[in-house]
Amino acid sequence: MAKITIDPVTRLEGHLKIETEVENGIVKDARSTGNLFRGIELILRGRDPRDAQVIAQRICGVCPQSHGIAATLCLDSAFGLGDKIPDNARIMRNLIHGSHVAQDHVLHFYHLAALDYVDIADVAKYQGKDAELNSVKDFITRGELGPFAPRYEGDYRLSPEVNQMAAAHYLQALELRRFGHETVGIFGGKIPHSVGIVPGGVTDVPTVDKITAFLWKVKKLQDFINTVYIPDVMAVANAYRDYFEIGIGCKNLLSYGAYDLQGDVADLTIRKRLFKQGTLSADFKFDSLDITKISEGVKYSWYKDSSTGRHPSSGATEPEHSKNDAYSWVKAPRYGGKVYEVGPLARILVSYVNGDKTIKGLVDTALAQLKVPPSALFSVMGRHLARALDAKIIAENLEKWLFELKPGQPTYTPYEIPQEAMGMGLTEGSRGALGHWIEIKDKKIANYQAVVPTTWNASPRDDAGNPGPMEQALIGTRIKDRDNPFELVRIVRSFDPCLACAIH
Amino acid sequence: MVKEIPLVWLPAAACTGCSVSLLNSDSPTIKNVLVDPVVPGVHINLRFHPTIMAGAGEQALKALEETRVLYKGGYVLVVDGAIPTSPTESYCVMGERNGVPVTIASRFVELAWDAMAILAVGTCASFGGIPAGGTNPGNCVTVRKMMEVKGIKKPLINIPGCPPHPDWIVGTVASIVLNGLPGPNDLDDNLRPKAFFGKLIHENCPRRAYFDEGKFAKKFGEEGCLYELGCKGPITHADCPTRRWNGGTNWVIGAGSPCLGCTQPEFMSLPYYEKVTDIQLPVVGAYSQAAKEAK
Repeated sequence: MAKITIDPVTRLEGHLKIETEVENGIVKDARSTGNLFRGIELILRGRDPRDAQVIAQRICGVCPQSHGIAATLCLDSAFGLGDKIPDNARIMRNLIHGSHVAQDHVLHFYHLAALDYVDIADVAKYQGKDAELNSVKDFITRGELGPFAPRYEGDYRLSPEVNQMAAAHYLQALELRRFGHETVGIFGGKIPHSVGIVPGGVTDVPTVDKITAFLWKVKKLQDFINTVYIPDVMAVANAYRDYFEIGIGCKNLLSYGAYDLQGDVADLTIRKRLFKQGTLSADFKFDSLDITKISEGVKYSWYKDSSTGRHPSSGATEPEHSKNDAYSWVKAPRYGGKVYEVGPLARILVSYVNGDKTIKGLVDTALAQLKVPPSALFSVMGRHLARALDAKIIAENLEKWLFELKPGQPTYTPYEIPQEAMGMGLTEGSRGALGHWIEIKDKKIANYQAVVPTTWNASPRDDAGNPGPMEQALIGTRIKDRDNPFELVRIVRSFDPCLACAIH
Repeated sequence: MVKEIPLVWLPAAACTGCSVSLLNSDSPTIKNVLVDPVVPGVHINLRFHPTIMAGAGEQALKALEETRVLYKGGYVLVVDGAIPTSPTESYCVMGERNGVPVTIASRFVELAWDAMAILAVGTCASFGGIPAGGTNPGNCVTVRKMMEVKGIKKPLINIPGCPPHPDWIVGTVASIVLNGLPGPNDLDDNLRPKAFFGKLIHENCPRRAYFDEGKFAKKFGEEGCLYELGCKGPITHADCPTRRWNGGTNWVIGAGSPCLGCTQPEFMSLPYYEKVTDIQLPVVGAYSQAAKEAK
């Protein structure tokens, strides 16, 4: 059996190694290794609980906002504020969170994933007058191609004209995602690592000038998503149709739901949200969310075996790097003992089967255009498509929520830090279901645990030996050219892995 | 003829926030930085950056190793993140050699020896930051400390911030390209460029008048100086109030939040929402009642 190892897997956040065993061109086994441990859960111990919102964002600089929300919801619940968040604050949180996720998806498709499908070298043949493309042509002519070379060669299927257009969109997307961050900054202060969301509400107040600025930035985001991003995803999906059958994975999906639509319900598992809480199985059967079913295994992770199998509310992080058989810093979270994938695909499909007509309409229309059945969504292209639709749904709701803000009304509820308390924060980050858990003793953080989207997706084997979702998606794949294993990186990147997140 | 300045970006114990912040560069845009001559006749040739580069695995690492050999003494090494050292350097690994994992600590040392200059980007690389906070589980050290321990004497510039403003990164690189490496008077004791970190937030804060009047916000959303809510502006060196963030859209205090002190070596030991007590205010505002009381 031959081995293909990719280390580092680039164009994702952090330090990821993928190892595969290949026999007769088929991946027989796959291992996903997270290669950086910082121990943020341990670093948080002993601190003022309010600091969790600041430090937990630093789990990840690509999706800090998701951690900011999760930590804040966690503190809200620990401080007894879960049903006391003013509507203005709830909406401003949604605006900050949603605008961040929408730009994050644009970043993923163009700047992390696209170079697997788009041959940017075709810009050298460009004969038109677009100044940006001509500057890229000059760049290629000068011959120093970093960071666009070296790369895998071979399986680029788009025509030179489409490649040139996609290259122009790559550059446009750089501007657009920068612009997306400006949108976050309006109420978030700055980003990466924003400051606007705090337990009890938000730090800022809505004013008409900020609302107007937000509106016109969101309109630009919507315009890009509808006229550039989604059409480009469809074009790539049409050219790489076999990727609706590659990278299928475990077919169990989990979503915590996100974007609160009510502020007076403390229980996050039933609070009304734009995206619904729940699970989906391979036969498209919906089930409601039962948070007690989560446990984290560490048999194959570099942590002490004595800490395995715990629910995150009493979870432990005890590094032991010398452990036999272990191969990753990522733990192995499981739901009811089973392997579950999280992400925009899970978020979209859980709402799809839970009766959300808008989402069902969008998905069915896209599937009809592509002439593929719903089951084809369990795939590399299914993940890309779901991510693009997620961006569209969020961007459209941002505009709607914006006009529900009421300048002059409260944005913050004061509180006392309790002597002892437990808290849980559940949301959906760009990359999927995100949970934070806190235990407070003597007004300080006694324990903090985060189970992050990529913890689920990039997890190693669990204690029963079941490979994680990404590993399962790799196993069984046919590699056409082992020197240029496009299939492996395309599968891995379809999950949009974030390793700093996964391990934290 | 365009002069190429090779640059490699080594991610250590980091969150990639520094890279994402760099993507937010406005003038020049990140496209200008990567593709165009960033100043006339000079192109920054980003030969290795795992988050954006096309290649993966061994081919990506080959680009890194080739840069070290081909451009010995001529490339800029950027590090984001602190460097784990113990109980094992293996808390941060990137790639393998002959099947053996290579730690970031050893990659840093190799690359640092042959670099022209080193930029520690972000508070983690500059001062230890997040992973060095609390009990510092991986015994993460700063770039400066690692160089001292290994006896590496290369020009080092710290560009802290969590994350740093893109202008601080691009501005420092542009300054090297245009004027050469910074002289001793260009950096402060923490090796930060004085051009960006020479003044306290407090000195240029638009809410400064409230401080001088003694008008303090008691909860979020109120008018007034945020000092009582924990603002670290009086002890934090950075030009955020005048530069502002995300293309000038806003900044921390502009959103009603206290400054968190993220450009400071002591960032991780600060209680973010508690009032700072032992502040040493600069001469400005020394006559204000509030400043006297604060002392």
